[in-house]
Formats: sequence, structure tokens, C-alpha cells
Amino acid sequence: MLIIKDLHANVEGKEILRGINLTINAGEVHAIMGPNGSGKSTLANVLAGNTNYEVTKGEVTFFGKNLLEMSADVRAKEGLFLSFQYPVEIPGVSMINFLKTAVNESRKYHQLKELSAGDFLKVMREKKEMVQIDSQLTNRSVNEGFSGGEKKKNEIFQMAMLEPKLAILDETDSGLDIDALRIVANGVNLLKRPENATIVVTHYQRLLDYIVPDFVHVLYKGQIVKSAGKELVLELEEKGYDWIKKELGE
Amino acid sequence: MIESITFESTEQRIFQLFTENIALLNEGAGTLLRNDREEAMKAFQRMGIPSRKVENYKYTDLTKLFALENYNRAFRSTSFDFDMQEVFTCDVPEFDTHILFHVNGWYFDQNRTDQFPEGTIIKSMKSAWLENSELIEKYYGKIADSTTDPLVALNSAFAQDGVFIYIPDHVVIEKPIQIINLLRSEEDLYVTQRNLVVLGNNSQTKLMFCDHTLAIHSFVANYLTEVQLGEDAVADIYGIQNQHNGTAYLNGIFVRQERNSQLITNTISLHGGITRNHLQVDLQGEHANASLYGLSLTDKDQHSDIFTSIIHGQPGCHSNQIFKNVLDDNSTGAFTGRIHVMPGAKKTEAYQRNNSVLMTKAAKMNTKPQLVIDNDDVKCSHGATVGQVNEEALFYLQTRGINEKEARLMLMFAFAHEVLANIGVEPLRQSIDRLVNKRLRGEVSRCHDCKLTEGRSLEVPRL
Repeated sequence: MLIIKDLHANVEGKEILRGINLTINAGEVHAIMGPNGSGKSTLANVLAGNTNYEVTKGEVTFFGKNLLEMSADVRAKEGLFLSFQYPVEIPGVSMINFLKTAVNESRKYHQLKELSAGDFLKVMREKKEMVQIDSQLTNRSVNEGFSGGEKKKNEIFQMAMLEPKLAILDETDSGLDIDALRIVANGVNLLKRPENATIVVTHYQRLLDYIVPDFVHVLYKGQIVKSAGKELVLELEEKGYDWIKKELGE
Repeated sequence: MIESITFESTEQRIFQLFTENIALLNEGAGTLLRNDREEAMKAFQRMGIPSRKVENYKYTDLTKLFALENYNRAFRSTSFDFDMQEVFTCDVPEFDTHILFHVNGWYFDQNRTDQFPEGTIIKSMKSAWLENSELIEKYYGKIADSTTDPLVALNSAFAQDGVFIYIPDHVVIEKPIQIINLLRSEEDLYVTQRNLVVLGNNSQTKLMFCDHTLAIHSFVANYLTEVQLGEDAVADIYGIQNQHNGTAYLNGIFVRQERNSQLITNTISLHGGITRNHLQVDLQGEHANASLYGLSLTDKDQHSDIFTSIIHGQPGCHSNQIFKNVLDDNSTGAFTGRIHVMPGAKKTEAYQRNNSVLMTKAAKMNTKPQLVIDNDDVKCSHGATVGQVNEEALFYLQTRGINEKEARLMLMFAFAHEVLANIGVEPLRQSIDRLVNKRLRGEVSRCHDCKLTEGRSLEVPRL
């Protein structure tokens, strides 16, 4: 599904990603862990098409197509979804109008008929129930005045509406209490399909108690320094990131 | 025999126009208006056309405009032999209004005024000057001062017609009064319109001014509306300007508010060549409340200038201003917001904000708050931002599959919406929402809800 080869990227002239290699297949859940500043969020943003990040080397293919050549909206329409660490508040843009535009833009891209207002509302109701988002939130402006937990739930709700093939959850657990965390994780698990994949970017193991990964990668100084199965989460929890640093001879 | 005369100055040319046409100007006018006109002309000659060195006119070059215009004057009303209300209908859905027309500044003589409550007076200024001299004498020229503002003086010197609205104490006019100002001519035209609106104590009304051009010729429109709000009176005043690029629209709304009265104005400039809106609110009674909102959308070489002046003369008054500009292409905009809190006007609350978005590097915005506070028991704030679209929000929308162009439009529309949300008449708000949306998409250059019956001579040019 997604193949990343020797990916290098800069932010404001500073190299943050220094040769990432990663392959993700349908049905898999990958966790990307690592200490602060290791490049986790950068990787998520580069994959989503944020133009503030400059790719200097390497290639990324998504279902065989060159992902790096696509604009952010095309990546989304091709089935890539980024759940933001800090979802942006957009006053004046209503949730309904925003989602309806997003869903129909994607449908148009895939040469499907646009959803009627009635059908759209029906789908929205179903997905709202699925991810347990407060029904009042969809009557407001995008993320405006939402609490931290509401914003994260809203990300998962959008994911449910857009049905991506690959979802990247960037620090989705940050700022969540345990109940909200459970709801968010539950939403992600409900949306899991054999043909889809998920990348969970996180600092802590907490979220991975609920979203169980098939593979765990440790990102450090812009490179994946260790990859293993889910048992690596426990090891990291026990020994901390210093253990990895020691292994690397630092 | 026609002689070609060159004038030493624009002022001299205007003075000559005045003296040569004084008989026409005064046709059917009472002594009151004649005297006021003479005084106004003297004041105008003293002040002249304001150059950009005049503080209040810093951002709109009127000397250039007036030096170039040598348009015909609409000294007489244009006559029509058909029912305007059959020809011109405003098709805003479920928008039920009392419609009054002006053509080239003149009150349309077939306006229907029979459905208003008893005691309400709605008529042409021309007839009001003769028939309602007591009211006129009390308010006309008392709210807008000819001796201090050259455009007010110019309007007063050439004033011949407009609408007079008087709403007696305790009368509530439910349906909005929609005043449709049409400009139509077979040659370039300079138009003067003068309106007076008097609301008695505890009365209420909503006024909506729609400004249109119905001909391709150039226009200068010097409009002035004086509004008196009695104690506890409530007025909403909406202005929707949708004129072509050859129009210079110089509009003044001057309001005087008595105790506990409430005013909302909403100035929506969708389209026009050179636009200057001068809004003055004199809070003369305690606990009066004024909210001024505005949205200007400009592109190409358009210019839109908002000049507001709020005078807090009494204690406990509240004023709030939100003005927004979206500037595309080479267009220019200006906002000057003056708040004057007088000595003794304790517990004043006065807020002001101007936010602008520049769509191109060539677009330019000047914004200038001017707060004069002669009192220490006040809450005042002002804020101004000039910027581009929020890039983070843009990226967020794009990651949901919305292309950049559409995402930008959504953000622009959201930016404008804060102003539009204050429009209290729901069908009107929805209609303006639609118009603004279309305007931002570049799909429309005029109000599509206004339909003209085909086959008539009143054709809207496609510009």
C-alpha cells in the first residue's frame, strides 16, 4: 500500500528526516514511537502533503502512485487521512458544510454521484453514533471552541466520514483523559478493515493498549532505528528510550 | 450658442453650475430649503473639494474624481410611463418588504405608501419640505453638518429630492422598508439624493438601501441620509451596494440617537468603482446603543473607503464596530474609525475592529483607528489586522480532500460571515450570504435576485 524509501525532509532548512524506510500493507497497524523531536510529526506531515516541509531525497509510493507529486487534497482523495495532533479551529466554516464538501469532492474524484443532502445527513448520523461524537458538535464551526477531547473525537469522526485506506493518527492520545481515549481508540478499531491500514504516531504506550499494533518502529534522529512486533511497546515502557540510545552507542 | 469655458478650478465649475441652475434647483422648494442651500454653498466654497491632505478624506482622492467628472446633472426627475413595481421586483425568497424606488436620486412618484400604520409619513423630500415644514425644520440639516464636511455641504447645496420617513411614537413597522436606488441614464450623470428618517419615541423600523446601476454610463452618486432615533427607538439600517465599476458612490449616513435607542447598521459593498461610506453616530442620550458592521469586497481597480465617527456624548452608551475587507487584484481599501468619548460620558463602552484579507500582493489596505477619550471611566478597544488567508486552516481543509481554490473560498466566506451573521432579517441574511459567496467566486457582478422584466427599456448591462 505505502512504500517509503530513503525519505529525507527539511523544515526551514534543517534536516529532520534522514532516510526513512517503511513498508505498510493492507490490514496492518503500525506504531511509530520515539522521543520528542525525533521526527514523528514531521513524517506524518510530509506524508499528508504539508508544503512547509521540503522533501530533499527519497520516494514514497501509495498504491503504486508517486505520493510526493500529489497535492494534499489529492492525497486525501486517494485515501490518505491525517488525524492532526492539534486540529485547527476554523470559525465560520460549519462542520456540515465542510464535511459535505469534503465527502462530495472525494466522490466526484472517484466519479461517483454526489450525495444528496438527505443521504449525507443519514450517513452523518450513522457515523456520529459509531464514534460517539456529541450530536451538537456538528452544528458548530469546525473545531471552534471544542475541548481537546472533542477535537480528537472530531478527527476520528471525519475519518469515519471519509473512509480512508490509510489513516495516520498523529499523537491522537495527547490531551485525552482515559474515557475519551477509550472512545477514540474504539472508533479507530471499529473503522478497521482488512483492506485498510493505520499508522499510530505516539510518544506513549497508553494508546497502544487499545489500538494493538502489528509492528512497532522506533524513530530516533530522523531514522527508524528499531522495528519489532507489539512486544517492543512493553519493552520501551519498561526501559524507556534511553535503552535505545544506549543500544545505538550514545 | 454654446461656449466652451475653462474654469480655474473644480469648485468654480461647481459654483457656476449652482448659480446657473438655481431656478431649477429651487423649483417647488420652500424658503427653508432655499436658505439652507445658499448657506451650504457658501460652506462648500470655503472648504472646497477635499484633497488627500484633509484628514477625513486622506484615503480617497476626490479632487481627481471631481476634476474628471463633468457629468450631466439630474436637476429634474426622470419620468416613466409604466409601473416600476411591475417592472422591477426583488426576488429574495420570502423577503416581504415595503418597496420604495428612487431613480437618479428622485423619489419615484408611483411608490405605494398606503399600507403603513396611521400617522406614519412616507413621501418625497420635495413634498415634505413644503408640507411638513415643522418636522423638517426640526431635523433637516441638524444631524449632518454642512459647515464642517464638504460632501455634506455639496449634498445640501444641490439637494432636491429623496425620501422622507416619519414614524410616530410607539409605532412599529414590521416589514422592512426597502429603498431601491436606481441609476439610469443615457449619458454620464451626477446624482444627488437626500433622505431624512425620523423615528419617534419607542418606534421601530428596518431600512434596507439597495444601490444599483442600470446603465453602462459613469455616475457620481452623492447620497446623504439623516436619521433621528427618538428615545427607546430601534432601527436596523442595511445597505447593499451593487453598482458597476464606473460608479463613484459617496454615501453618508448620519444618525442622532436619544436615550436608550438602538441602532444597527450593516454596510455591504459588493461592487462599485470608488466607494466611500461615511457613517456618523451621535449618541446624545444616555444608554444608547449603536452597532456598526460592514463588509467590502473589492477587486480589479476598485476602491472602498469606510469612515466612521462615533460620538459618545452621554454616559452609559455602548458602541461596537466590526468592519471587514476582502481585497483582490489591484484594489484598495481604507478604514478610519473615530471614536470620541466626551467629558462626562462616563461608563462608555466603545469597541472597534477592522480585519482585512489581501488576496494579492498588489492589493492595498489602510486602516486607522482614532480614539479620542476625554474621560477616564470608559472601556474602549480597537484592533486592526491585515493579512493573508490562514495557511494552517487551508492545509487542514486540503487534507480532507478539498482543493486549494475551494478551501480558500471557504475561508474567505467564513471570514465574511462574522459580519453577515449580524443581519437580523433571516431571508435577507441568507440572500446576502448567497450573493457574497457568488461574488467571492467571481460569478456575479450584480444582485441576481433583482429581476427586471424582459423587453423593457430598463436593461441591466452585463459588465
